[in-house]
Amino acid sequence: MSALAPKARRRFGTTAIVYIALLAVMIVGAVLVNTAGRNFLSPGNIRDILTGMSVLGFVAIGQTLVILCASLDLSVPYVVSLSSLLGATIMAGNPANIIPAVLVTLTVAAGIGLLIGLTVTKLRVNGFIATLGAGLIIKGYLDTQYKGTAGSMPWEFQLIGATGVGPVPVSTIIMLAAALLVALFLSKTRTGNHMFAVGGNEQVSRFSGIRTSRPTVVAHMLCSVMAAMAGLLLASRLGVGSPTVGTQGGYDLLSIAAVVLGGTLLLGGRGSIWGTIGGVAIFAVMDNVMSVIQLNPFLKDVVRGVIIVAAVAVYTGRAIESRRPRFGRDSQSSMYPSVDLQLAMDQEKERDHEPTS
Amino acid sequence: MSRQADAQLSGSQRISRALLTLISPRGAVFLLLIVLLLAITALNPSFAEPGQFIRFIQRVAPIAIVAIGQYFVIVAGEFDLSMGSLVTAQVVIAGNLIGQDDSRSIPVLIGMLVFGALVGLVNGLVTSLLRVPSFIVTLGMMLALLGGVLYWTGGAATGNPADGFREIGRGGIRNVPVLDIIPWAVLVLAAVLAAAIWFTKTPFGRSIIAVGDNETTARFAGIRVWWVKTSTFILSSLSATIAGVLLVGYAGVHPKVGQGYEFIAITAVVLGGVVLGGGRGWVVAAAAGAFALEALFTLLNFAGVASTWRDGIQGVIIIAAVAYSAAVFRGRRKSPSVTSPISGKEPEPFAEPAHSAPQSRPNEGNHSTQKEVQ
Amino acid sequence: MTVNDDVQPILVATDLSKSFFGVTVLTGASLSLYPGRVHGLVGENGAGKSTLMKILAGVYERDSGTVVFNGKEVEYSHPAQAMHDGLATVFQEFNLLPDRSVAQNVYLGRELRTRGFVDNTKMAESTKQLLSELGIDFIDPKARVGSLSVAEQQIVEIVKALSLNARVISMDEPTAALAEHEVSLLYSIIEKLTARGVAILYVSHRLREVFDLCDQITVLKDGALVSSSSASALTTDELVRRMVGRSISTYFPGKVEGTERGSRRLRVQGGANAWVNDINLEVRAGEIVGVAGLQGSGRTEMVEALFGISTFDSGRIEIDGAQVRIRKPRQAVRAGIAMITEDRKAQGLALNQSVLDNVLLVIRGVFPRRTKGIRRRAPGILSSLELSSRGLGQEVQFLSGGNQQKVVLAKWLATNPRVVLLDEPTRGIDVGAKIAVYQLMRDLAKQSVAILMISSELPEVIGMSDRILVMNDGLIAAELPAGTTEETILAAATGNLDSLVGASGNQADPRLVGSSDPVAIGGETS
Repeated sequence: MSALAPKARRRFGTTAIVYIALLAVMIVGAVLVNTAGRNFLSPGNIRDILTGMSVLGFVAIGQTLVILCASLDLSVPYVVSLSSLLGATIMAGNPANIIPAVLVTLTVAAGIGLLIGLTVTKLRVNGFIATLGAGLIIKGYLDTQYKGTAGSMPWEFQLIGATGVGPVPVSTIIMLAAALLVALFLSKTRTGNHMFAVGGNEQVSRFSGIRTSRPTVVAHMLCSVMAAMAGLLLASRLGVGSPTVGTQGGYDLLSIAAVVLGGTLLLGGRGSIWGTIGGVAIFAVMDNVMSVIQLNPFLKDVVRGVIIVAAVAVYTGRAIESRRPRFGRDSQSSMYPSVDLQLAMDQEKERDHEPTS
Repeated sequence: MSRQADAQLSGSQRISRALLTLISPRGAVFLLLIVLLLAITALNPSFAEPGQFIRFIQRVAPIAIVAIGQYFVIVAGEFDLSMGSLVTAQVVIAGNLIGQDDSRSIPVLIGMLVFGALVGLVNGLVTSLLRVPSFIVTLGMMLALLGGVLYWTGGAATGNPADGFREIGRGGIRNVPVLDIIPWAVLVLAAVLAAAIWFTKTPFGRSIIAVGDNETTARFAGIRVWWVKTSTFILSSLSATIAGVLLVGYAGVHPKVGQGYEFIAITAVVLGGVVLGGGRGWVVAAAAGAFALEALFTLLNFAGVASTWRDGIQGVIIIAAVAYSAAVFRGRRKSPSVTSPISGKEPEPFAEPAHSAPQSRPNEGNHSTQKEVQ
Repeated sequence: MTVNDDVQPILVATDLSKSFFGVTVLTGASLSLYPGRVHGLVGENGAGKSTLMKILAGVYERDSGTVVFNGKEVEYSHPAQAMHDGLATVFQEFNLLPDRSVAQNVYLGRELRTRGFVDNTKMAESTKQLLSELGIDFIDPKARVGSLSVAEQQIVEIVKALSLNARVISMDEPTAALAEHEVSLLYSIIEKLTARGVAILYVSHRLREVFDLCDQITVLKDGALVSSSSASALTTDELVRRMVGRSISTYFPGKVEGTERGSRRLRVQGGANAWVNDINLEVRAGEIVGVAGLQGSGRTEMVEALFGISTFDSGRIEIDGAQVRIRKPRQAVRAGIAMITEDRKAQGLALNQSVLDNVLLVIRGVFPRRTKGIRRRAPGILSSLELSSRGLGQEVQFLSGGNQQKVVLAKWLATNPRVVLLDEPTRGIDVGAKIAVYQLMRDLAKQSVAILMISSELPEVIGMSDRILVMNDGLIAAELPAGTTEETILAAATGNLDSLVGASGNQADPRLVGSSDPVAIGGETS
């Protein structure tokens, strides 16, 4: 009656493998950096990597929530840009305005997320289209309202992007704190718990009395707020707000890639914040190594593209047990060569619940 | 919607069905297109002149062709995000390899088609054989293609292909009565559309939709799912290549020429009532979606709306279109059993309430239907 | 155990009716549940058992009638309401999230909190407590539900009901997917539940379980109440008569005149893979071979391997004497094999496509050159199956289950198969469609097609087959001649054939139903 073997196999599969991959990337990176005559583990280099993690980290944390709920957010780059501008123009160089500016920016972002969430849950517009549309709308506003960079960040706020504790930048600490909070939110609140449920199986959730729209709406709100944090951080680094800072970063697709790289199922219902942080770290290390060895910037994109696909291929290649073999051979993975994960699980369900009639 | 299906209907059925189609989600795009064209004509009567109108079609051609390619991928249940990068890549290849030498046009054109087919082959094989979600595969391809091409040209995507080659995009048959000019682009679009319509009616084309509807059923029916899916990616990449050829002539060589084409194409296809997740949709409606989109931009132009708002209005329109079709589908399915998740194997002998299927599809607007990003 | 009148019922349902689209599926059904008692609900497929259960559970809203639960009239519009009131249901298809832990599933939607925060430790502890009250120590509350066996998942559902302090628990065919030792575990759990005063509504096809467990038995037939009486007042024969009220022989058409057992069409030698082993079988032209066996005995896995959905790792398959290599369904189709899968919606149909598109599915995919010809023949094929639809253009999702199955059959008929594999071909379809399926099998046999049919309904296996293969534990345990009793088949399916033959030969046990009796007993232990 017990099923120890698959359990063990499965447990090994999630976040752990992301960090094993991260370790592998770091080792390869360290070797490459050393052959280039530099020290991978020097405080300066570590700071560079951690700095590189912070902005994408914020966006990817939010994206994780949305993907857990089986939605997507393609509007994040525009929210990032909008927030950088809002923050910078409201602060307008005056340190006294920092707190109101941050509050206004985050509130506006939460409002955007709320509208997106309601569009997805109440109007039943699929998340891809809803956020693609929302992104275009914000882009229209940005293009109309701003001709270039605007506002200015007071020095006090710029410090967030510039200082650090030892080799650890303040921005990264804030990002990791946000990750911790969101991870606690996921495990310790009902709404967080219900995100897994809604993304895993909406029908089952509804039958258990969960109001299924709420987790999705909250996820979209938090995602936009996280994107706004990223926008504020970018503005603090630049000193000004910029209408193109989000799109230049390609945060929509990169954050989705980081989330998937972190082991979260693109179909929702399974994943973790710490996996995502691992995925972001893999990106950051890769970027850092490519910079240090002075790889052609265009080739970086090629490498990124290949790594994303290869990594996800490795994850999905590990077939999920579909049925338990009766005759000892451990050949499940070859039995269903062309069955995707969802299908394999469905088939498992089918077989298990086969009713007699 | 297909001619063959029509042949089995009586005349009156056909008329009532045509009317119903216009308000159904998949026909609504034609209604939208007609309204938009009438509105443009009202603002600017010269738009309706044949010479002007044919120019409009010429302008739409690359978008419509990309949308037709994207249609096949989406109806098979996948995504192709690499189309924009491929358009750019092909434009840059044409610019750099043809140069001012007209005699190279044909070999390079063939080379571009082969390259396009290869890109599609890789996208398709990685998606179908390695089981990587196509969203991720084509995202990777998008990054790799653009990076690769820019690396190859040293970042400065310049070059100017021979005029003979650019003629395809900007020239046409001149001195035609009434129209003055029939642009080659319009003829290419007509040919692509005709080929696409023909293709969707072939047994293979119908199998594409079946695969998008239910992959397991298709596989158990002996359909080579991997090849069907891969072929759709090859088609989309070939269509991006053709769009690239037209754009070289029309817009010249520029590293951002194809930027955003993948999303424009997806928008057009969705406007055409094609369902993300696959299994439903008509290729002509997808092309009409591209026309509606461009007509919308034209209308905004004539109406004096700042060009910066184009995107915003595009965003509103696609959300509205999808919300509309979600509402219509939900209305059609209101039934007592909709609430039942466990009636999939309803052993009742009577009308096993036919739409009790818990595996609801995205066309019902069910956001949690996760097929969309497989 | 008779029902004492001095005990007040916890739930009284009176005169419940329900119809879908003008078709009545339940009319005037009544029953009363008493604390600490098990109430059996039996009837043929389509008798209205599930509908009745779903009305009580709040999945369907009743059209008329009353339900009084715990002294007050209730009308639930959502299953969560019924659940929270203490009226819980364990459905056949579980309402569990495979990626969440046992405890998280038990408390889904009403997570336990400490100072406002979800307390996983507390949930795990109280889940463990509930489990131990049922005498179960082998389920870890923190284990992922997806890693549990079916029986364990069922226990999780029961624990979920317990955690709600359920006064009534309905179970829909709870043993359908269980092995024998798991069934006895369920018995002991039910015993513990009734000892706590829980009322159980037990829906099952298996008469032996019903007699073993239930105090009161309600019989439904064609949506209407037949009787509700004390179990001790009933005999098996009487119960069967009430359930069926007609003889099964009218169900199964006889052989078509001139059907001949011809040459060897399909032959498998030494077929083996991870789920089945040592498969040796042959089916001759014009022959119908039935396959019986418990859930998980490898029946489905065997035909899936034959059809290339999975594959045999060793052994050989011959069609008409020539060895064929079948690694994919496509190769099977090319070799002349057709397969009607057990799950129409998930594996047999493209639901958003038209009837015609579905009929042409295989032809277009595998024999595209024949498309035109088959398109012309399609209306003929469909009308010979008596499909009722609004035309070839109708989407199959809007057809009834029986008509959907006819579309699946038409899809395969279009390929002119030489070998037809049917996996539970009559599951969930109405009597009319069932008879159409049976007739079609007879007609195919007349046309020298070789037919291999898996079925959990033993009367069907017995009524249709020329020979019967019984699978057990991944092996073909026995090959039995036509006319074998259900008892013998079941004995073979549970590995008890020798003892049975030794003890009583082929004599039918009075508690079990003989071959001429029409009960739909599950293909498992009774």
